[in-house]
Amino acid sequence: MQSLSEIRIAGFGGQGVILAAMVVGKAGAIHQGGYATMTQSFGPEARGGSSSAQVILSNEPILYPYVTQPDVLVVMSQEAYTRFTPELKHGGTLIIEQDLVRLGQVPAGVRVFGVPATRLAEELGRKVVLNIVMVGFFGAVTRLLDPDALRKAVADSVPPALQKLNLQAFDKGFEYGTLRISQSGESGDAESIIPTLESVP
Amino acid sequence: MHADPKGVLTGVHFLDGDHACCEGTLAAGARFSAGYPITPSTEVVERFASRIPTVGGIFIQMEDELAASIAIQGAVWGGAKAFTVTSGPGYSLMMEHIGYAAMTETPCVFVNVQRGGPSTGLPTLPAQADMMQARWGSHGDYGIVALCPSSPQECFDLTIEAFNLSEEFRVPVMMMLDECVGHMTEKVVIPKAEEIEITPRRFTKEPPEKFHVYEPKENQVPEMVQAGAGYRFHITGLTHDERGYPNMNIDAQDRLVRRLQDKLKPLANGRGLCETENLEDAEVVVVSYGITARVAQRALQLARRRGIRAGKFRLITAWPFPLERIRELAGRVKAFVVPELNLGQMVYEVERAAAGQAAVLSVTHAGGGVHDPEAILNAIVEAARL
Repeated sequence: MQSLSEIRIAGFGGQGVILAAMVVGKAGAIHQGGYATMTQSFGPEARGGSSSAQVILSNEPILYPYVTQPDVLVVMSQEAYTRFTPELKHGGTLIIEQDLVRLGQVPAGVRVFGVPATRLAEELGRKVVLNIVMVGFFGAVTRLLDPDALRKAVADSVPPALQKLNLQAFDKGFEYGTLRISQSGESGDAESIIPTLESVP
Repeated sequence: MHADPKGVLTGVHFLDGDHACCEGTLAAGARFSAGYPITPSTEVVERFASRIPTVGGIFIQMEDELAASIAIQGAVWGGAKAFTVTSGPGYSLMMEHIGYAAMTETPCVFVNVQRGGPSTGLPTLPAQADMMQARWGSHGDYGIVALCPSSPQECFDLTIEAFNLSEEFRVPVMMMLDECVGHMTEKVVIPKAEEIEITPRRFTKEPPEKFHVYEPKENQVPEMVQAGAGYRFHITGLTHDERGYPNMNIDAQDRLVRRLQDKLKPLANGRGLCETENLEDAEVVVVSYGITARVAQRALQLARRRGIRAGKFRLITAWPFPLERIRELAGRVKAFVVPELNLGQMVYEVERAAAGQAAVLSVTHAGGGVHDPEAILNAIVEAARL
């Protein structure tokens, strides 16, 4: 029986949306030995435009390569949140960059997890690794992929000189996600998981 | 002959179709490319330009597509395997030299990652609307081969096949990707060099005094020489005789132009690549290619769940078109459904092959996205009711 997960990652061009999707796909297809298809859409701009990538993970070959109703939506911009949240599957998981996305009405039955990925990346000295922080957080809260497979995929998707930094970013996101899960008792309802903007230290 | 290990990136990779196509060119032995990069094909030559210094070869960014498409032919006559890469607007500009490659029987590969047209159209979005242009875009009568991959793995595998066919038949071969397949990332397995079969160039064994550059040899294909190897030869886009010299005689024209088409008959009759499923009991057959074949697959699954006996015929070799196989099917099915990302191109070939024996339903799409599988399903349902 085919078990299939649809993931959409979206944000601004320049946030590393495509690389984040690449890491997730590579973890599934190569390091975990399953199947993954990654597709992307972007505007003609190199930076600043909207950027979105889709990953399908499966235990069998994937025929139809597009996401129709994501099980997991990762958004790093308000625009992406507004555009893609309505298509999220009932019972799906919404992951937001909580400093960049203000939650509106969340569809019923959706689990929401927030992470200040940009700030966590800044703590490591480089804002650009926010995408890998997101991947770590994604790995912890969804448990769709083996954390080791994801970590290996991070390591072989970035230039050697930046490997250490990116692995730190992954670990930071992963730890933050693990903490959030334990705090929420895996109940995953929006109020308990997302700190309000005022409460963020 | 096996692939040169220098160009083969053996291993399991997570690559998009464009990058996989580039690895295919290197594995096939291409050591020269000239290009005028254009979205959505840029990644093919971008990767080639960065890989080729370590493999040993040349990439030149030319002033335009006309220059790129003729520079590769110079490289071929100099002894290299060569290709160029483009998308719609650039493909239009290359038509003149595709005709030249056909007329001079220069083995080379043209990669076209199709985007929405006409003209500048939709630079970053898919279409499959250059299929007729691939076959008929240059003036005059000639033959070409066109292959349509549906996945990054096939972008790799079929690019090697494209080079091999170009050497065997001495024709320009078109790799007809679409933006979806070009920019889709999946697992790509690149085998060891000794597991990759490479068709060598048909170099002559005749001594220079007996050699005629366009004398038809085995399977009507002439043999080649490499410039500088001590042979005197002349090649021209003008109608020519066996010695390669211009000949404006009606008989010379007839002999040459018929041969340019006829030499591809083995490919049209049985050697063309396709993927079929459930044809044994099919009442409706979906004929598709490239990304659309994968979208159609979902429609096929839904149709069979509803009890419709629907079969699949995926064109991998689009040109020469598998006329006889479709004609044979037409004698025993109710209808063909032909979805494609254009307003109807390969459907004309299906109609021609069916010749009234079976109905043919076209499912069109102007490009910029892929079909809604429901639209294809509806056509299958309609076809089954006929």
